[in-house]
Amino acid sequence: MRTILYLIRKEFIQIFRNKFISKAIFAVPIVQMLLLVPAITFELKDVRLAIIDKDMTPESRGLISKLEGSSFFKVTFSTFSEKEAENLLLRNKNGVILHIPSGFGKDLITGNGGKLMVSVDAINASSAQLSWAYLNGVIRDYNAGLITENIGVASLSPLPRITITNRYWYNEELNYKYYMLPGILVILVTAIGFLLAGLNMVREKEIGTIEQINVTPVRKYHFIIAKMVPFLLIGLVDLALGLVIGKLAFNIPFEGSILLMFFGATLFLIAVLGLAVFISTFSGTQQQYMFVAFFCMIVFILMSGIFTPYDSMPQWAQDFNLINPVAYLMRINRMVMLKGSTIYDISTELLSLAVIAVCFTTLAVRRYRKTA
Amino acid sequence: MMSIIESSEIFKSFGKTKALNDISFSVDESEIFGFIGPDGAGKTTLFRIITTLLLPDEGCMKVFGKDSVKDYREIRKNIGYMPGRFSLYQDLTVEENLNFYATVFGTTVRENYDLISDIYSHIEPFRKRLAGQLSGGMKQKLALSCALIHKPGLLVLDEPTTGVDAVSRSEFWEMLSKLRRHKITILVSTPYMDEAMRCDKVALIQEGRILAIDTPARIRDGFTRKLFTVKSSSKYKLLNVLRKFPDTLTAYPFGDSVHVTFVNDKINDTFNSFLEKEGINDAVTGESEAGIEDRFLELMERDDK
Repeated sequence: MRTILYLIRKEFIQIFRNKFISKAIFAVPIVQMLLLVPAITFELKDVRLAIIDKDMTPESRGLISKLEGSSFFKVTFSTFSEKEAENLLLRNKNGVILHIPSGFGKDLITGNGGKLMVSVDAINASSAQLSWAYLNGVIRDYNAGLITENIGVASLSPLPRITITNRYWYNEELNYKYYMLPGILVILVTAIGFLLAGLNMVREKEIGTIEQINVTPVRKYHFIIAKMVPFLLIGLVDLALGLVIGKLAFNIPFEGSILLMFFGATLFLIAVLGLAVFISTFSGTQQQYMFVAFFCMIVFILMSGIFTPYDSMPQWAQDFNLINPVAYLMRINRMVMLKGSTIYDISTELLSLAVIAVCFTTLAVRRYRKTA
Repeated sequence: MMSIIESSEIFKSFGKTKALNDISFSVDESEIFGFIGPDGAGKTTLFRIITTLLLPDEGCMKVFGKDSVKDYREIRKNIGYMPGRFSLYQDLTVEENLNFYATVFGTTVRENYDLISDIYSHIEPFRKRLAGQLSGGMKQKLALSCALIHKPGLLVLDEPTTGVDAVSRSEFWEMLSKLRRHKITILVSTPYMDEAMRCDKVALIQEGRILAIDTPARIRDGFTRKLFTVKSSSKYKLLNVLRKFPDTLTAYPFGDSVHVTFVNDKINDTFNSFLEKEGINDAVTGESEAGIEDRFLELMERDDK
């Protein structure tokens, strides 16, 4: 025990003596939170709209002013040429083209029903769908207005209608910051766990210090625990720092138990640190380690459901996520922070993380060799 | 007297390279045992097997009577190892490094201070300095202190004097001789043949094989030919000319002269005229006692053939 404590102390001395790392450990969470949380959003605002108005009637202008008034769209261009509008789409200058053919106004008045054409840049499928949905909404609104105007409210027959009242639970305003922030916190902790400890381990190999340690009676699990503990603590401190920034800068709600979230993060960090040490046993240089660790990290993060809904992933991806610690913490963080889930609600996630942590750490200890 | 190291028929290969080929030797207690050989001879590989860092392919290595594969844990408690490359923590101070190694071996600096005081006193004024900022000689003293701090029964030093200046080298060997008093067995390797005389016993190793093991004096006495020295102002040219001379057996540069042996152990009558014909006019010839290096070169030469 004395040996482990001394080994841990030695790691801390080395970490804090490194002028760059000691500062970066605290700077990274601050920068990451302030930068990524506001930047990563799926909200659609100010979609650039090009309009081809070949009708030029009060009706078409009415529709256009309706669109201009919406916060979703910004009419950036008007033209009569389809070619020109398409060019804009091609050059990423516009996201949507609304084509109003001549005769639109006349058809409306004569009761034939107007025809419109919309072209949407669908490179990004989800933003294309959203733009279309918004545009559709505005046009429907305009349509309803026209009917009332022409026929009069009173004459509308009282057709039975289904009224839907909806409420978004846990994030009523559909605020993307609330959704992303717990995820960004996970990325933060992942980076600390994955990169620092593993690199530290490989560095001892590169410099040759491990050679002399290996000839000592230090047990390999002592050595590995001493490598993991400092970064576990740093990870938790960074998580706390990230939460404080989330509260101060973005006023993020925290519904559940902070302690529970830290418990989840601890299990997660042990799992990730175990995996990091495991990878480091294969790597002779920091370069090799970095390459493999970065690959694992990207796969884990992108498959974790940070950007994409977990349930809509293909089955094999969901199966893979059974061993993806990042996916579990992603769910734990969001559930605890936004829903206020209790330990019973997330017991599956916690249990899975614990199993992964034990497996990876055991693998690391078994794979680590003091003898070649 | 008990053998501290007992190596029998050790083989080790890396791929197709035979790093160690049938290595057998034994080291007695309180002995300074030297392995002399050029780079790539297999010294480090052998030391890594002795320190339980590497498993032999074949053969049995016993340290303190314990098997290096099965009882490696017992061996590690009682070994002090100084790898060829400086491998202390450069970002820890002198003091922190020493305390670290003491703690790792479950002891304290105070407990064994008398053992290292001779060596450590040189660097103690710099105890707050980072190990990475020490000079080469001081690094070496710190490394030796750290390897000794748990009072090991066996000290394994892999090329401790490589890259160290002549004065520090000599100092270092003085320190090693003093350690004998504490009943510490020392295994040391070096590429410098002149350091062989400082050992109690030496083994000459080349291409993974031991060419000779004995006391330095006896190894030197194995040199039975008559040795001549030739000096000239143009040394390099002289060496080439001597090697061209038909009666020359061996010719090696030694300091400011060339050591030569001839067939029949005498200088042929045609020798001087041969030198002059080749353009060496100022050759001074003499006889000399053979040193251990002469014997080493002879053994290595024979092995090559």
